[in-house]
Amino acid sequence: MSDASSEKAPAAASFWRDPEKRAWLFQVLVVAVVLALFGYIFQNTLHNLEKRGISTGFAFLNNEAGFGVLMSLIPYDETYTFGRTFLVGLLNTLLVSAIGIVFATLFGFIIGVARLSSNWIISRLAALYIEIFRNLPLLLQILFWYFAILPLLPHPRQSIELGEAVFLNKRGMYLPAPITESGFGWVLAALGVAIVASVFIARWARHRQDTTGQTFPVFWTSLGLIVFLPWLAFGITGFPLSWEYPELRGFNFRGGITVIPELFALALALSIYTAAYIAEIVRSGIQSVSHGQTEAAYALGLKPGQTLRLVIIPQAMRVIIPQLTSQYLNLTKNSSLAPAIGYPDLVALFAGTTLNQTGQAVEIIGITMGVYLTISLSISAFMNWYNKRMALVER
Amino acid sequence: MSENKIHHAPEGLPAVQMQGVHKWYGEFHVLKNINLDVARGERIVICGPSGSGKSTMIRCINRLEEHQKGHIVVDGTELTNDVKNIEIIRREVGMVFQHFNLFPHLTVLENCTLAPIWVRKMPRAEAEEIAMHYLEKVRIPDQANKYPGQLSGGQQQRVAIARSLCMSPRIMLFDEPTSALDPEMIKEVLDTMIELAETGMTMLVVTHEMGFAKTVADRVVFMDGGEIIEVNEPHEFFNNPQHERSQLFLSQILQH
Repeated sequence: MSDASSEKAPAAASFWRDPEKRAWLFQVLVVAVVLALFGYIFQNTLHNLEKRGISTGFAFLNNEAGFGVLMSLIPYDETYTFGRTFLVGLLNTLLVSAIGIVFATLFGFIIGVARLSSNWIISRLAALYIEIFRNLPLLLQILFWYFAILPLLPHPRQSIELGEAVFLNKRGMYLPAPITESGFGWVLAALGVAIVASVFIARWARHRQDTTGQTFPVFWTSLGLIVFLPWLAFGITGFPLSWEYPELRGFNFRGGITVIPELFALALALSIYTAAYIAEIVRSGIQSVSHGQTEAAYALGLKPGQTLRLVIIPQAMRVIIPQLTSQYLNLTKNSSLAPAIGYPDLVALFAGTTLNQTGQAVEIIGITMGVYLTISLSISAFMNWYNKRMALVER
Repeated sequence: MSENKIHHAPEGLPAVQMQGVHKWYGEFHVLKNINLDVARGERIVICGPSGSGKSTMIRCINRLEEHQKGHIVVDGTELTNDVKNIEIIRREVGMVFQHFNLFPHLTVLENCTLAPIWVRKMPRAEAEEIAMHYLEKVRIPDQANKYPGQLSGGQQQRVAIARSLCMSPRIMLFDEPTSALDPEMIKEVLDTMIELAETGMTMLVVTHEMGFAKTVADRVVFMDGGEIIEVNEPHEFFNNPQHERSQLFLSQILQH
């Protein structure tokens, strides 16, 4: 074999002058150095922990926590374990992130479109909003809403009311809580049927358009079904849903859902801050589609609505979605500023209180980092997949 | 059904009538008293120095630009603020742009079937059949399932022509169709346009290709400073221009 190849291939370079072999050598060296460094840090940490008498491992998660929490989505009191506090914190982080993402998207799209409005005042106001909230530090904004604005709200007795159902005061926001009774399952089932039916109608309408050319108002039919069917079921089963309204008892409200001021301020600050970035993303996405596309669509006889739906939005979304995802990622990570105002998120509750109580710094910080990494990497994996699927084919 | 009724003008009437058309961009007077009648089946080449209002004029015909004074009647329908009239006219008038303006997120075939499906409410199979027919006419049926980004400039412009033809327009507007192309691709696009002209299509072409004007045009319109300076038959226009400004323009572009 060596004979045959030496006849065809030019004389092999010496080891030092062959880039491929050199590359191998350097990579092996780098890996060895990194491994040695980590090994040293690991050994050193273990040694130091041992010297100070700190036990390692995750056994502490099963110990009783012994402290209360301001807000929890799952049953919790002092007798639960540290493992439970981790879960409470994680859920609170996910809650504030989810609320923030919904409202940031909503505000962001409205402001982004307003920024492009031909109405001078509207577009200037949108620009002002974007410039102010993008250019102030987020932590400052959180403190602003929590310490400067919320205390200006009235006392519980003079709460700002919305139809005697929603109350807003210094102590937070109070919403009515839905209480389902037997038969409510039918309403959910009707909703499910309506959604499935809408999917089938969309497919049928597409098929019909392919074969006969007739269009069908899929959006309005589906909307009608999704609204009408659950209401029908709701009426037939005798309205099996009641609301528990918050009531003023003594000095504060009882009943309903309570949104604590910390959650209110944090969600508000995150939404408003991120919305400013999303508005710019939406604006740039729409503007990235050249005006020639609109003109070509108009020249072909497409109406403005069809042009937006068939030509502009599909192209704008390619620009918007990846950046939007990374803003969601940022919002989720930024929610870790929660300890500044005492909202019990993962960082405040687990990397804060739990760490103080147990002293298991390495494990706790490790777990917390692992959680944020998992969330972030899942989002960016999705983003890459989406990019690959939607990228414009060129060359 | 009234919206699908075909509003063709009686055969005698011109395909496009422009009477006393003026247009301003703010203070700037872009079009000054344009009067032009284009007969059915006529091929008009519009030339003139850049900034003379050539593109603006033909863009007024399908309302990509709005005129502020005067009347434009296209195929028997007057262009007003009435959205219905604009829709009718855009359906009957095809346009080819300098920068092709193909939809990059759709395949060549989808580019061609989009408007027939959504505007003419045509079954997909029929729309695809028509699209393939015109893609064959412009000699790129084998590229039907590629995306515009995968084609050369000349191929893209030929797709753009096929895309317009799929709407079976009665009038075709060309806005400098070869200006963004490499020299070796200009010919393939011009050949396609010459073949189209032979079918009897009414064409208004803004171009700097004087060879095309000489072989294809029934009349040449020379514009300068927002005005129509001269309208003449190509032979007369190139050999015996009537106006001083036409002479100057021709001497500048024919020097080489």
